[in-house]
Amino acid sequence: MVRFILSKFFYMIVSLFILISVTFVLMKAIPGNPFMSEKAVPPSIQQHLMAKYGLDKPLYEQYLKYLGNLARGDFGISMKMKDQGVSDLIWGSFGPSLRLGIIAIVVSIVVGIGLGMLAALYHRKLIDNVAMILAVIGMSVPSFVLASLLQFYLAQKAGIFKVMGLNGPLDYVLPVMALSAQPIAFIARLARSSMLEVLHSEYIKTAKAKGLAWPIIMWRHVIRNGIMPVVTYVGPMTANIITGSVVIEQIFGIGGLGKIFVSSISNRDYTLIMGVTIFYGIILMVARLLTDIAYAFIDPRIKLSKGKEG
Amino acid sequence: MEQVDEKNVVEHLKPENFQKIGVDEKQAEIIQRESLSAWRDSWERLKSNKFAMTGLTVLILIVIMAIIGPMISPHNYYSNDLYNTNQPPSADHWFGTDDLGRDMFVRTWMGARISLLVGVAAALIDLFIGVIYGGIMGYFGGRVDAIMNKFSEVLYSIPYLLVTILLLVVLEPSLWTIILAIGITGWINMSWIVRGEIMQLKTREYVLASRSMGAGSARLLFRHLIPNAMGPIIVTLTLTVPNAIFSEAFLSFLGLGVQAPIASWGSMINDALTGWMYYPWRMLFPAFFISLTMLAFNIFGDGLRDALDPKLKK
Amino acid sequence: MQPILQVKDLQVSFQVRGGEVKAVRGVNFEVGKGEAVAIVGESGSGKSVTAQTIMRLIPSPPSIIKSGEIIFQGNDLTRKTDKEMEAIRGKDIGMIFQDPMTSLNPTIKVGKQITEGLIKHQNLSAKEAKEQGIEMLKLVGIPNAESRFNQYPHEFSGGMRQRVMIAIALACRPSLLIADEPTTALDVTIQAQILNVMKDMQKKFGTSIILITHDLGVVADMCDRVVVMYAGKVVETGTKWEIFQNPQHPYTRGLLRSMPRLDQKKNEKLIPIIGTPPDLIKPPAGCGFCARCDEAMRICEQVDPEVTQLSDTHMSRCWLLHPMAQEVKSS
Repeated sequence: MVRFILSKFFYMIVSLFILISVTFVLMKAIPGNPFMSEKAVPPSIQQHLMAKYGLDKPLYEQYLKYLGNLARGDFGISMKMKDQGVSDLIWGSFGPSLRLGIIAIVVSIVVGIGLGMLAALYHRKLIDNVAMILAVIGMSVPSFVLASLLQFYLAQKAGIFKVMGLNGPLDYVLPVMALSAQPIAFIARLARSSMLEVLHSEYIKTAKAKGLAWPIIMWRHVIRNGIMPVVTYVGPMTANIITGSVVIEQIFGIGGLGKIFVSSISNRDYTLIMGVTIFYGIILMVARLLTDIAYAFIDPRIKLSKGKEG
Repeated sequence: MEQVDEKNVVEHLKPENFQKIGVDEKQAEIIQRESLSAWRDSWERLKSNKFAMTGLTVLILIVIMAIIGPMISPHNYYSNDLYNTNQPPSADHWFGTDDLGRDMFVRTWMGARISLLVGVAAALIDLFIGVIYGGIMGYFGGRVDAIMNKFSEVLYSIPYLLVTILLLVVLEPSLWTIILAIGITGWINMSWIVRGEIMQLKTREYVLASRSMGAGSARLLFRHLIPNAMGPIIVTLTLTVPNAIFSEAFLSFLGLGVQAPIASWGSMINDALTGWMYYPWRMLFPAFFISLTMLAFNIFGDGLRDALDPKLKK
Repeated sequence: MQPILQVKDLQVSFQVRGGEVKAVRGVNFEVGKGEAVAIVGESGSGKSVTAQTIMRLIPSPPSIIKSGEIIFQGNDLTRKTDKEMEAIRGKDIGMIFQDPMTSLNPTIKVGKQITEGLIKHQNLSAKEAKEQGIEMLKLVGIPNAESRFNQYPHEFSGGMRQRVMIAIALACRPSLLIADEPTTALDVTIQAQILNVMKDMQKKFGTSIILITHDLGVVADMCDRVVVMYAGKVVETGTKWEIFQNPQHPYTRGLLRSMPRLDQKKNEKLIPIIGTPPDLIKPPAGCGFCARCDEAMRICEQVDPEVTQLSDTHMSRCWLLHPMAQEVKSS
């Protein structure tokens, strides 16, 4: 078990290192320097700016310095936002994004598993059909389209919710709906098909042959095993919700990390882009690591087999 | 039916009926339920799935409209008409006009071209890299597989959309850089599917047989293994295409997609965002068609998976 | 011998898209107390469906018991409610399945899977159930039963898992054990071990056994009587010796010819039965085997054969045994 976690952790560090390096190389591959685009910056001042940001040093030195700073949690200084530290910008805006993301993840898991279970239990009945039609629609509507529609009809027209901002608890409803729709749909389908697979498995027949009552079979054998694959989806779901939040925050005017990211892209604020990318990367990789560990705890088969192999 | 009534039996109890006819070999060999080739069988199953066929029909219609849509309108996608900005749908402009007075009908179908092109091209890149990479992993197994697999696992854990965004920030955004950026980050899943299939297939008798007859690796891989792994490959492709379309829309939404005056559904939605409370058609048409396309791909892909995977046949 | 189970004219169908698959078409047989009966036939002959219908394990829909009775210890199981069946399953009838790799829940410890039934049927405390569970593991020949009790199925080999299955099925000492192809998925050497475990248990507990198999070797090893099924019907039944030494139905003879034997002559070939069983959506009017039977007569295509009683224990369903067939042959 410990070995399993350590090996997963090791691979996470390798992936993170690659992501940082790729990010660094890509940012340095941009022709010219970040100050050339600014109008009429005299060469001497340019020189001064380059020195200030350490851009006049050889690349490998810059790279090592960047890595060293990152290790200390220092993402450098924003190039366009009045010399603010990238770390400060990230942490300053992370709060609303984190709250939104966690709520969306919880809602997705709870509602998704619930729908999937209902659909599996009422296989080929009305509930199943309705749930699966909803799920396939949910999978097909991009989150930014759903967000715009929700905003238009429920906020603008019906006036139930506020169009913009994230101040009261009610303000979370629309963004969370928009963010969770796709994960809910995906989890519902996943949970349904894996529950159906379990329901048709031989060991359920064994459980029946023992004379166990149906509710006990459901609880002890079907649900537990049926939900397991959903755990593996938590990692990718986090990615989905993070990318979703980038546009959702834009649409609902939420001053979160996503908004910082979008504006850093449109401003071509390279240090900020790098910082947010790496920050997102860390979140996703940690989410994936936690998923793997959680799965290893639930599924006894992992402990031995994968542990040995890794 | 079990209780054959007595009269009936007695009627047949005649000496001539006890003449030996023996086994009719031809009759015996005919398998009673008509046996179809695997692909025919899958196609029959697919055809009987109404949802999947609806999805396929919608996809075909969208493709046709993407081809002829821009031609059947008198307008083009790039001409500004500042006297006719933000017009609602009318007899002249069927889907209305945008903030620069450009015809939304033509732009919607031009957007369809871009979105479909991105989807298909990215899927082809996936197919190309994924099949080769996965084929090599699955076929050679052992150490080659272990190393290549670890490598792909590391790549997989790097959030691909972030890398795509970085690539597009660095490269000049254009149609081809988008396709490239989406394509080179998306093939890992395909390679795993192919790997798994090949690993299963390569232990089958017919592969062993042709190997024992001296067939080379490349021949085995491309003549025997990959064609037989086609089912799961195709199913994966039907999921790759909408994913790529979705990624393109997302990137366009961030302003990293195709550049004006070319439109894609994503960039049109992004353009519409500012004023769409007042000009809803600017949002609704591209939003509707992108959702419809995704929906069609999803239900067609579901049907295809059911049809190609007889294990799930109920 | 007092029968513990009597299956009378059982008919089971499945509702499928193309119509109704008549999987079991009027099956009769009985199992005596302490007796081991084999049901033999190729896949699709209805033998597994029959077995699972006795346990009422096949969900309905799609399956329907069209007619017939399953009298177990004086009660008709076809009339039991689900609740009543729960009290019988595991307690009075135990069942083992074909593939030990999939018939144990991979995420629950083996011990718990054994004690589940004990706790339900015998109202034992967790501790008592554990003692009995370990006892069962020892009985079926699992070494280090105490530590094995707390392991997961994936830590067991196929043969060991099948032993666990036997322990689960027999935990409550049922009077009838249904074993559905218990050795098919196992290596030959392991097969013999598993059969021995079952024989031991039969001796120890006096359990009656229904052994479903397509392997006549397994039958010879442990059964008293044989029921041969083909296309949803019983085509021949008899004692083991009657079936092996004096088979009367061409299908039974075909099965025997296709099976390797120790006393086989060097140049004697194994003869497979050509062709495939009929489609049970549209079962033939006559004998189900007639298209594959090299002794078929015209009447075989027209009317389903009657039962010919050859001895108290031996019966066959074949027109060749009709007096008229003998007459025509000799004339």
